[in-house]
Amino acid sequence: MTSSMTETSARGFTGSEPAVSLTGVSKDFGHVHAVRGVDLTIAPGEIVAFLGPNGAGKTTTIDMILGLTQPTAGEVEVLGLAPRHAIARGLVSAVMQTGGLLKDITVRETVAYTGSLFAHTRSIDEVLADAGISGIADRKVAKCSGGEQQRLRFAMALLSDPALLLLDEPTTGMDVEGRRTFWSTIREDAAKGRTVLFATHYLEEADQYADRIVLISQGRIVADGTGAEIKALASGRTVRATLPDADTAALAALGGVDHVEVRGDSVIVHAKDSDAVARYLLTQTPARDVEIAAKGIEEAFLSLTGHDESEIR
Amino acid sequence: MTTLQTTFDPHARRVPPLGGFNLTVLGIELKRMLRNRRTIIFTLILPAALLLSFGGQKGWQDPAGSGNVAAYILVSMGLYGAALTAAACGSMVALERSLGWSRQLRLTPLNPVVYILIKALVALVMGGLAILAVNATGKLQGKAEMPTHVWVLSAVVTLFCTLTFAALGVFVGYVVPGENAMQILGPGLALLSFLGGVFIPLDQYSDAVRHIAYWTPMYGVSEVARSPLTHELPWYALVNAIGWFALFVAGAAWRMSKDTARV
Repeated sequence: MTSSMTETSARGFTGSEPAVSLTGVSKDFGHVHAVRGVDLTIAPGEIVAFLGPNGAGKTTTIDMILGLTQPTAGEVEVLGLAPRHAIARGLVSAVMQTGGLLKDITVRETVAYTGSLFAHTRSIDEVLADAGISGIADRKVAKCSGGEQQRLRFAMALLSDPALLLLDEPTTGMDVEGRRTFWSTIREDAAKGRTVLFATHYLEEADQYADRIVLISQGRIVADGTGAEIKALASGRTVRATLPDADTAALAALGGVDHVEVRGDSVIVHAKDSDAVARYLLTQTPARDVEIAAKGIEEAFLSLTGHDESEIR
Repeated sequence: MTTLQTTFDPHARRVPPLGGFNLTVLGIELKRMLRNRRTIIFTLILPAALLLSFGGQKGWQDPAGSGNVAAYILVSMGLYGAALTAAACGSMVALERSLGWSRQLRLTPLNPVVYILIKALVALVMGGLAILAVNATGKLQGKAEMPTHVWVLSAVVTLFCTLTFAALGVFVGYVVPGENAMQILGPGLALLSFLGGVFIPLDQYSDAVRHIAYWTPMYGVSEVARSPLTHELPWYALVNAIGWFALFVAGAAWRMSKDTARV
């Protein structure tokens, strides 16, 4: 895939390359297919959520964008560069969920250590102040709370003023207030052209903070759209009834029906308007044992992966 | 957020020189080692204390090579202290890997080879401090005697011999994860030092033990380290020193490359 100029966002970016470009990317670990043929283009300045259940391939994909893992097949480019080259120039950074800190040095030393490795860096004091950890600069990392350590990781990631920031479950362990401050900072930076890709398994977080949600399941992208679009996919209900020889065509023709499935004598209908389906089943057919259940996000993932991909997009 | 660039031009960014090597990192790494109480005990206090207890034994004033027996013991203790220190430095590589710090560093321009070079440099500096501590103690004790150039030359040779144990530290650190590595390296090196003739001259052992000793890793380096004083260096001691160095470096490289599969 060449760079797609049309997708460049209007958020003050002057470059021409997409921030992230994945083309037919797959990754196998032995017999396990962690990522299977992902195509994804992210424009500069976008905030994209990578939403999926644990084991969906989110972390593996992020590792490939960071050049920590080589794809088995396909191509990964970051700002038009190979991932390792982008990292060497300080263009990409990441905040990991846990670990990644030396316990026996101070907060300031950690930032100084990391900063000294880049050709360009912001001042240590400025980064400490922005992350709200100036007051604990001389404290040993081992004595910092989980939230303070997370702020430190964030400070380290912003040292090189990266064009692309990757966050793996960034707000795990943060309180509500911390979460709000964190995201308002992220949004301010994105407005200046920084691209943010974050992995999460919470639909709410993805919906609240991302411009775009990429839904990943079993190593494949199963949906890609705005929060509203993705929520519609996940917010439907499932109607289940016992109905031998169901007329699936008639059911599928009802308004708001996404998918009809027949299992033996049972029929399962995924629909946005579950009332209409239930009314039809009870009045027009001999259906019995009608059950209506809300679809959780996990179930939405499952039903989406059962679909033909063209149907979802 | 305060001052931030409003645009990100990938072409305006440069790669740092020397693979990310710089004095800030070296300084912080050294400070870390010096702040560690355990390291200070191993590096500065233990070898000096051993010198004081072994160095005054009967016959210390007898001649040995171009100096006396006390000088012979001094060089041996310097080697032991430096080897222990270097091994402790080496074992930190695996510890940092288990903390996820190596992965964090992979998100910076730091070249992994440069990282190892920095660690080797730290091991050399700390080993140098251990040798310095033993030599200063020896000078104060006033028993060791050898010409100044022999004093300096054996200290420098000892220093480079300690790289073998830095590599051993890396290797053991990967095999025994966490902070337990030193619990094996500490007694292990003491045992190897007894066997390799660092604490007790080999001619006091029986033939059988001596023939085993020739094959152990401390034997070769101790002969090499003392050669400026003794003017003796059997070929098999040199082969031993080079062989174990190559073996430990290969072992460390092997464990590290296996490990980077999942950074």
